[in-house]
Amino acid sequence: MSTTLYDKIWNDHLVDQQEDGTALLFVDRHLIHEVTSPQAFEGLRNSNRKVRHPNLTLAVADHNVPTTDRTKGISDQESKIQVDTLESNCKEFGVQLFGMDDKRQGIVHIIGPEQGFTQPGTVIVCGDSHTATHGAFGSLAFGIGTSEVEHVLATQTLVQKKAKNFRINVNGTLPLGVTSKDVILQIIGKIGTAGGTGCVVEYAGDLIRSLSVEQRMTICNMTIEGGARAGLIAPDEKIFEYLKGKPMSPKGENWEKALEYWNSLKTDADASFDKEINLNANDILPMITWGTSPQDVITINGKVPNPQNEKDEDKKNSIERALKYMGLTPDMAATDIKIDKVFIGSCTNGRIEDLREAAKILKDKKISSHVNAIVVPGSGLVKEQAEQEGLDKIFVNSGFEWREPGCSMCLAMNADKLKPEERCASTSNRNFEGRQGRGGRTHLVSPGMAAAAAISGNLDDVRKYQN
Amino acid sequence: MQKFNTLKSIPAYLPIVNIDTDMIIPKQFLKTIKRTGLGKNLFFEMRYDDNGKEINDFVLNQEPFNNSKILIAGNNFGCGSSREHAPWALLDFGITCVISSSYADIFYSNCFKNGILPIILEEEKIKELSEYANRREEISVDLNDQKIIYGNNEIKFEIDPFKKKCLLEGLDDIALSLKKSDKIQNFENQLKDKKPWVFND
Repeated sequence: MSTTLYDKIWNDHLVDQQEDGTALLFVDRHLIHEVTSPQAFEGLRNSNRKVRHPNLTLAVADHNVPTTDRTKGISDQESKIQVDTLESNCKEFGVQLFGMDDKRQGIVHIIGPEQGFTQPGTVIVCGDSHTATHGAFGSLAFGIGTSEVEHVLATQTLVQKKAKNFRINVNGTLPLGVTSKDVILQIIGKIGTAGGTGCVVEYAGDLIRSLSVEQRMTICNMTIEGGARAGLIAPDEKIFEYLKGKPMSPKGENWEKALEYWNSLKTDADASFDKEINLNANDILPMITWGTSPQDVITINGKVPNPQNEKDEDKKNSIERALKYMGLTPDMAATDIKIDKVFIGSCTNGRIEDLREAAKILKDKKISSHVNAIVVPGSGLVKEQAEQEGLDKIFVNSGFEWREPGCSMCLAMNADKLKPEERCASTSNRNFEGRQGRGGRTHLVSPGMAAAAAISGNLDDVRKYQN
Repeated sequence: MQKFNTLKSIPAYLPIVNIDTDMIIPKQFLKTIKRTGLGKNLFFEMRYDDNGKEINDFVLNQEPFNNSKILIAGNNFGCGSSREHAPWALLDFGITCVISSSYADIFYSNCFKNGILPIILEEEKIKELSEYANRREEISVDLNDQKIIYGNNEIKFEIDPFKKKCLLEGLDDIALSLKKSDKIQNFENQLKDKKPWVFND
């Protein structure tokens, strides 16, 4: 029978299946961070259980870490306790940890690929919804809750029911200044934040194949914003090239064996999908979000919606609520939205290509005098690479602050946050109420668009600044 | 895990769609290393003003809804972050049953790990039930018979049989899976043979 890529990975990981379809799935790779793991380790300790495979588990502190000078440690006591707890748990249970002073430290979804821990055809889980990022490598990767983290630690498996197959085809080529961030925002706008619920998404089409590995990660990363737990892309030469020689990638004879298997990972030509949609890349424009849900998207030359034009009562209320929270008026032009802050970083857009894209726009320019802007590289290695390329100087010369790696203002668990009513152009993934700080207002954009907004002082069209 | 059988309560109605887990429990409360104590911060930003005072308009601040065990809400409840702190906060507040027309996948499975029953009903039925919240009348939930009883009416709801069994008996997932240790071991042995690179040895 013809099968999809998701079917193949699923079938290859079945440890057991009950009659009602409930399956026990083997987990090849488990990533851990400080926020969603302490209660799981506590559970193990209380039941006198061990970590079944410490060597398939990798830990890093990212959500709580300061992005400013770290030599004095973490000043927030609660954050410090959480980071220290991760360290002591890893020591006690024998799990490898990239500590705060390790240059490999960074956002969990950036370090996995960087180290070659992320590999095609694997099942990867983490107590974090953006685990979907790793699907760019053709792995089945999804976020889990803390009870499930404990379950994986103890058994190296997970209890799951099979999801539906949903394929999103993107064909054509992207216009100048339009990026994979705009593609995924467009997709979420189209399917809605619950559009992928109960599904695993496979991204396909010639546009997807033409994207770099990092651009693919941006798309898979935000799959969860469309309601699907996992998004994946069939692995190809670009992926194999990216992984070759990475510290945790297979070596020697194992590399050859792995490659043979990885090459088999694709959806059969006549496999059927429960759901399928098509997008034309040529039609996609630079996008922004105007509201408090990632599905609230418009193009940069568009206007903020008017609730009066909405017939559905629930939708109308929801637009009104979002406009009020965001401090916007109906029908105002996207480019009339003035901003106070710019945040470039996160597991969505904190990789080297993202920083290059923003730096290209900022070169020899100054950011607007009323804008406060920060760049937070996704990992110590991204930071190091950017500094070797002189990107840090471009950012600093334009008026940006150059920070230490972490999740930072994507969720504002550390000191980086918006004040009430402050407005931010952000390369992160969620514009929920209060996400970047109580009362803070977030507009999701690509790194190039964030740079353009920083220069103009309002949301603006990145194509204006393309050389 | 606490067992779930039947439940009787005046439901609280929160008519907002796409309630995300950031709304249910904001990030400043994720710094805890415990599962308990989150109830007072449930829906923090809607529930308290800038000075930490309760906002009277918010449903869970009002009698009798401050004692509701059942929450009725708009569609796509629990979207966004995977934080299990969201069901922990609901549970700590005393809510052990949520009724919505749809849930985000991760939140949905997190509920079952904590003895919370998330019920899926059609929008129309939700509107009907919300009247009971408005009138401050009790409704009953019976998991075994998969029905909600309100006034002289009842509605059946669907639930995965295995999830139902785990809730009814308060089963520990890990203990159940560890009973399959032989199967896990077999799988691992085959894996070492078939895909030696996975174990990195």
